[in-house]
Amino acid sequence: MEKTLYTVIVFSENRPGLLNQVSIIFSRRQLNIESLTVSASSIEGVHKFTITVYTDEEEIDKVVKQIEKRIDVLKAYYYTDDEVIYQEVALYKVDTESILESDEIEQLVRKYNARFLEITRTFSVIEMTGHTDEIKELYYALDKFGVKQYVRSGRIAITKSTSELLSKFLSDREEEAKG
Amino acid sequence: MSQSQISGSQALMRAFLAEGVETIFGYPGGAIMPVYDALYDFHDKMRHILVRHEQGAVHAAQGYSRVTGKTGVVIATSGPGATNVITGVADAMIDSTPMVVVCGQVVASLLATDAFQETDVVGITQPITKWSYQIRSAAEIPWAVARAFYIAREGRPGPVVLDLTKNAQIELMNFHYEPCTFIRSFIPTPPIDEQVVSDAAALINQAKKPFALVGQGVILGNAENELLAMLEKAQIPAAWTLLGLSAMPTDHPLNKGMLGMHGNYGCNIKTNECDVLIAIGMRFDDRVTSKLATYAKQAKIIHFDIDIAEINKNVKADVAVLGNSKETIAAVTKQLQPARHDEWISSFDSYAKIEYDEVIKEEIDPSTPDIKMGEVISKVSEATGHKAICVTDVGQNQMMGARYFRFSQTRSMVTSGGLGTMGFGLPAAIGAKIGAPHRTVCLFCGDGGIQMTIQELGTILQENIGVKIIVLNNHFLGMVRQWQEMFFDERYSFTNMKNPDFVAVAKAYGINGKCVSTHEELDHAIAEMVSNDDAYLLEVRIEPKGMVLPMVPAGADITDVRLK
Ligand SMILES: Cc1ncc(C[n+]2csc(CCOP(=O)(O)OP(=O)(O)O)c2C)c(N)n1
Repeated sequence: MEKTLYTVIVFSENRPGLLNQVSIIFSRRQLNIESLTVSASSIEGVHKFTITVYTDEEEIDKVVKQIEKRIDVLKAYYYTDDEVIYQEVALYKVDTESILESDEIEQLVRKYNARFLEITRTFSVIEMTGHTDEIKELYYALDKFGVKQYVRSGRIAITKSTSELLSKFLSDREEEAKG
Repeated sequence: MSQSQISGSQALMRAFLAEGVETIFGYPGGAIMPVYDALYDFHDKMRHILVRHEQGAVHAAQGYSRVTGKTGVVIATSGPGATNVITGVADAMIDSTPMVVVCGQVVASLLATDAFQETDVVGITQPITKWSYQIRSAAEIPWAVARAFYIAREGRPGPVVLDLTKNAQIELMNFHYEPCTFIRSFIPTPPIDEQVVSDAAALINQAKKPFALVGQGVILGNAENELLAMLEKAQIPAAWTLLGLSAMPTDHPLNKGMLGMHGNYGCNIKTNECDVLIAIGMRFDDRVTSKLATYAKQAKIIHFDIDIAEINKNVKADVAVLGNSKETIAAVTKQLQPARHDEWISSFDSYAKIEYDEVIKEEIDPSTPDIKMGEVISKVSEATGHKAICVTDVGQNQMMGARYFRFSQTRSMVTSGGLGTMGFGLPAAIGAKIGAPHRTVCLFCGDGGIQMTIQELGTILQENIGVKIIVLNNHFLGMVRQWQEMFFDERYSFTNMKNPDFVAVAKAYGINGKCVSTHEELDHAIAEMVSNDDAYLLEVRIEPKGMVLPMVPAGADITDVRLK
């Protein structure tokens, strides 16, 4: 079956050990996690995992059901790229000297909508947000001048749907709790 | 210190009482001693069974839970005590058995220092539990215990592990207990969808050849009566998974037998002939389906389950009826038209006859001097009026127990299905007898399996538990030998066994017994065994190279049934 990059978004209670519980569901199926971002969500006490993984729809459906089955997981969803707005952030370290030698780096920074985060006498750090391929493109372009360090974050994503699914879930559950 | 304060250990006892715990299976040790000290004051309110190995405690709790429907409770110490419960916890997880296991843990300040008898119990048990939680302070105990019982019991049941640090057992706290009735992140029973109920009923109503596959979900949902009503109203023949056995009486005319690798001939053949396959509380395990690519492809599939993660996991459902089986079955039945499928139902008969003539007849009434497993099981079942609880270990004894024991009431089959844990039988039988003291409990085990947990004879001695232990001694790891014969050119690599005198071993534990090797001796010994309620060990020297048949080889089409 065709493999697609899926974005899995998991909302959980903020309890220790959840990252392990979520990640073993992927590893048991020998699914390689492409990227993983974990942070507090906009709702207090709720943690959010954004995970990307290449697989097929049948498998991702099972994975997400298994994740949701964990007691402290509130909700888990999966999306294809056209259903979410997503970004990654990357940092590139280059010698300041190579910036001064020509204006090519500056042009690249402008072209890719990147920016200088820090410029010191010896090195400079460029920051870019975007999609993986653009970020990689910039890397290859900059590397002609020698990239000393390069780091790319995991994906963060928000859905295109107008209503926030988790808020609805939480308010429904609140109603049920009242009986 | 205020007068009303109690220790964490006492809080644990009070929480157990609040949850209706009557029986605890356990084994003490350093990191759980404060809990045992508290138990000393509660011994008249809760019965503690001192097992001989922590694995035994878990299997006993499973046996207890299977026959009573209650949540099994286990206490063990940290480190080796905790790692010894792992096999049983994994077994309870895959077989959906509700259980709460409390393990001691080093004091919180020593965590992650490789302290004496420290193990990362939560880390180890997370993948094999519904929930696993470390309690680091006494104040958390009521909350965590209430949650543990709620999670273990509700929805699809399963094991919960509480890792209780020693300081939490000792610290003082103000006790206030509130049972858990709601966890916002956990929806144990999905709501019933009326549309789906109508769709399922419509499918069944227009079926010409409906076939019900029944799993443990019916027993766990206490839905035996609802199931029977549904099957009878629409005249649907039914077959059973290993864990679904006993949900309906063996001799009910719609009960067509067991599914799967060693199931009944007709049940497997008919799976690929029915037009609507109604799976109820079962999970299409590979031992039931064999090759998925050719499994029931002609049929519309209705899948009743409480666990949404089971839907489309192995077999795609045309209609998925989510919810508690008691409610979903009743809801669908309401919309069923009374129907008859006489011809379809009687089409099972010719297969039953072939199986009887080619396999069963000789197995239960052998023409040769050697005793056969099926014969023993069938005779023991008969001697108990088919009213006993059948507990098995794993291997040929298990499949034969499932095939030849007959059931007249529910919750009468206790076996390790999903994990196939050798050593399960003896402790599970102990737990079953404790849970159902007025019923006869018959354990069938191999000479291999009994030796995995044979130390539990000590538990029988100490607690005076009247289980009937039938050791089917073929001097082989029989099931593995069978596979070697069929699939490995009869190369019997390390499967023959030199065994102790089992009757003498039993005697050493004060258990009466006999060893028999002829059909007549067998009859007499069974009569003696069931003549009272005492423990008894019956060692039966059976034919060394018996085979469990029919058999569908692993990975073959489910219709590829071998009768020889
Ligand atoms: C703990 C464990 N180890 C190994 C096995 C593999 N196994 C399955 S059946 C079997 C043979 C069982 O032999 P015995 O207990 O003598 O029973 P029999 O098959 O002869 O009835 C073995 C070794 C298992 N199921 N469980």
